Amino acid sequence: MELLLDSLFNGVAIGSVLLVAALGLAIVFGLMGVINLAHGELMMLGAYTTYVTQLIFKLPILKPFYNSYIIVSIFLAFIVSGVVGILLEKTIIRKLYGSPLETLLATWGVSLILQQFVRSVPLAYGTGLVISLLIGLFLPTTFPLKIKESINFKYFKFSSWIFAALTGVLTGSLISSSVSKLSRASARNVDVTAPSWMRGQVEIIGTAFPKTRLMIIVITLISVIAITLFLNQSAWGMRIRAVTQNRQMSDCLGISTEKVDIITFGIGSGLAGVAGVAVSLLGSVGPNVGGNYIVGCFMVVVLGGVGNLLGTVLASFGIGIMTDLIGAGRLLSIWPDMPLPLSNTINFFATTSMARVMIFALIVIFLQFKPTGLFPQKGRMVEN
Amino acid sequence: MRISRRILAGLATASLAVTATSCGGGGTSGSFDDTVTVGILHSLSGTMAISESTLVDTEKMAIEEINAAGGVKVGGKSYKIEYIVEDGASDWPTFAEKSKKLIDQDGVPVVFGGWTSASRKAMLPVYESKDAFLYYPIQYEAQECSNNIFYTGATPNQQSEPATDFMYKRSPAAGGDFFLVGSDYVFPRTSNTITKAQVKQLGGKVVGEDYLPLGNTEVAPIISKIKKALPEGGIIINTLNGDQNVAFFKQIQDAGITPSSGYYVMNYSIAEEEISTIGPEFLEGHYGAWNYMMSIDTPASKKFAKSFKKRWGSDRVVADPQESAYNMVYLWKQAVEDAGTFDDNAVREALVGQKFDAPQGPVEVMPNHHLSQTVRIGEINAEGGFTILEETGVVLPQAWNQKHPSSKGFACDWTDPSKGEKYKL
Repeated sequence: MELLLDSLFNGVAIGSVLLVAALGLAIVFGLMGVINLAHGELMMLGAYTTYVTQLIFKLPILKPFYNSYIIVSIFLAFIVSGVVGILLEKTIIRKLYGSPLETLLATWGVSLILQQFVRSVPLAYGTGLVISLLIGLFLPTTFPLKIKESINFKYFKFSSWIFAALTGVLTGSLISSSVSKLSRASARNVDVTAPSWMRGQVEIIGTAFPKTRLMIIVITLISVIAITLFLNQSAWGMRIRAVTQNRQMSDCLGISTEKVDIITFGIGSGLAGVAGVAVSLLGSVGPNVGGNYIVGCFMVVVLGGVGNLLGTVLASFGIGIMTDLIGAGRLLSIWPDMPLPLSNTINFFATTSMARVMIFALIVIFLQFKPTGLFPQKGRMVEN
Repeated sequence: MRISRRILAGLATASLAVTATSCGGGGTSGSFDDTVTVGILHSLSGTMAISESTLVDTEKMAIEEINAAGGVKVGGKSYKIEYIVEDGASDWPTFAEKSKKLIDQDGVPVVFGGWTSASRKAMLPVYESKDAFLYYPIQYEAQECSNNIFYTGATPNQQSEPATDFMYKRSPAAGGDFFLVGSDYVFPRTSNTITKAQVKQLGGKVVGEDYLPLGNTEVAPIISKIKKALPEGGIIINTLNGDQNVAFFKQIQDAGITPSSGYYVMNYSIAEEEISTIGPEFLEGHYGAWNYMMSIDTPASKKFAKSFKKRWGSDRVVADPQESAYNMVYLWKQAVEDAGTFDDNAVREALVGQKFDAPQGPVEVMPNHHLSQTVRIGEINAEGGFTILEETGVVLPQAWNQKHPSSKGFACDWTDPSKGEKYKL
């Protein structure tokens, strides 16, 4: 019983890291069909946001609230990665809809740029830049309709960008002068330390579970529930689903597909940022952190069936549980007296690297029989 | 127009003045008879840049020190050392290419370079075919002995063997079972083969071993294996690389695998530089084994750390690989002076037997092109350094490990033409 519980927990823990990382991609790739190779780098931005938030919460004014920085950073990471994602959509991806190969190359280029960016720009000014992007992109939309419709709106837009740039420079230098660690560029990996209430273990039914793992599972659950509710219950969610199913028809019926694209991509990118927070709790934060996850994310989305959130959820937990069963050699403890050749084979695959080989092989075999994944798309869109 | 010309003239005078003072300031260094250019070849971009750039800094510092002390004296002439820095870009074929460039195009008499074993293996054929000389400063898995490479890092018997011995006999977990964790590439696998043979000889037991693919940071399956194999605590030998250490230590601490619950980790790839990245709070109470540790309390060690901080910034640290890099520049200089020429073959002959009062203590070049070194075992403390627990005497290097089944009974000796790379003892 204890063994089963432990195994199940481990599987869910590994799976939830995969899921939270793949969730944003499931939306961007699944719903919009955009192959975003910069997804891992959007995760990395989320992880760096956690790091910056942690340092800012160490300042004397915010010190009393230090323990809650991780919660704050989840929202901030969503916003930061979301904003960068929206900028990416507006400047590059929008021009490339319908040409997957070009999108692939362009987003790969973006991923390299983002990696080099965090290496060679001081994080304080990086934060300032994100803040000015945020203001520049959203301030004009908050003006009342009256101003928007007046002829001089472009001047308003222009002046709000100037305001945004100034605020960005100001916050950048403010942060850089108050937190010395953020004032210099560094290619060195940095470290996020979980607040004390999140360290150590908690005991459930006689088995001890690490708290950070539980936290990641909670973050994943909340993200999945929130995104499902958004897609199925809200008006924008309905529009997104409509555009996914039939773009031309939705356009004819008066849905602004352009806006839908921005929102979808922004949410997908924002979720990548949330995944970055989760990942920063497990290992170090560096320019390459996202690259380690990108293959796993695509694997999960393809296995689950493109365009299906439930498939993504099941695929990631499935892979998580299989990784634990094979990699930790649990089959042997579940069935101790299996025939020798079989137990030898299992022992051979019971290392982390061999387990990975095995899982990839199983997925390849599975996709031979079901090329569209666990839950294939049905309906008119597939026929197009 | 007139003004700008005047400014230009002013600038020119100013720069002349600067050059003049910098020449005058050097004292004796102003009067060199000639210059010699050496090659420095490390990764300055890519994943290895963080580690390898510290070696470039150290090598530059050593060269500046030598120049300030009058340069290299060959045949009654003093030579100022100049250097060409090339970027290996964390890409192994690039290391080979840049080596060719340094040897053929720039005609350097010596190249200081490399970090990963993969980069060394890529460079080796170049140096052997051109009969040039590479100085390689990293602790590595040995099982190699080239006439064209000089290895100043530790061999396994100068690091992992004394460490395993300490863990099994004298650590708080003495007599316990071993679990081996490493990244999935040549160094951890070779090192662990040696450790397994040694543990068997000592009468201990290795109850598990696992390798994490490079780039993977999911440690959960390894943790459940450790807990199953060592339910009451024990000894963990860690040969993980780079960032994977961060993931490993964060996650094992969360899972309750800590010194206070009886698990002690001995690390072969964590030096002062890495401790500050991972965070001492995750590493306190675990162990490391090196030839040089920053906390060595001798004037030579303190001077080394102090001049490095003075040259590159007070927040910088020095660690074992840097010390090896520092030593090799000085050993090359001594060998050249003894040989009386920059010619490779003469320098190679003069190199064997060179002694140097290194920051770690006295070192000597052995006939197998490796260094005899002191081995230290340290416990990682809350300040991010090592508390040195043990110090061996000088340990002779074994290019061919005597515990590894494939090389037992073999040795290397380049001073005797009949012996060479690999001969039976």
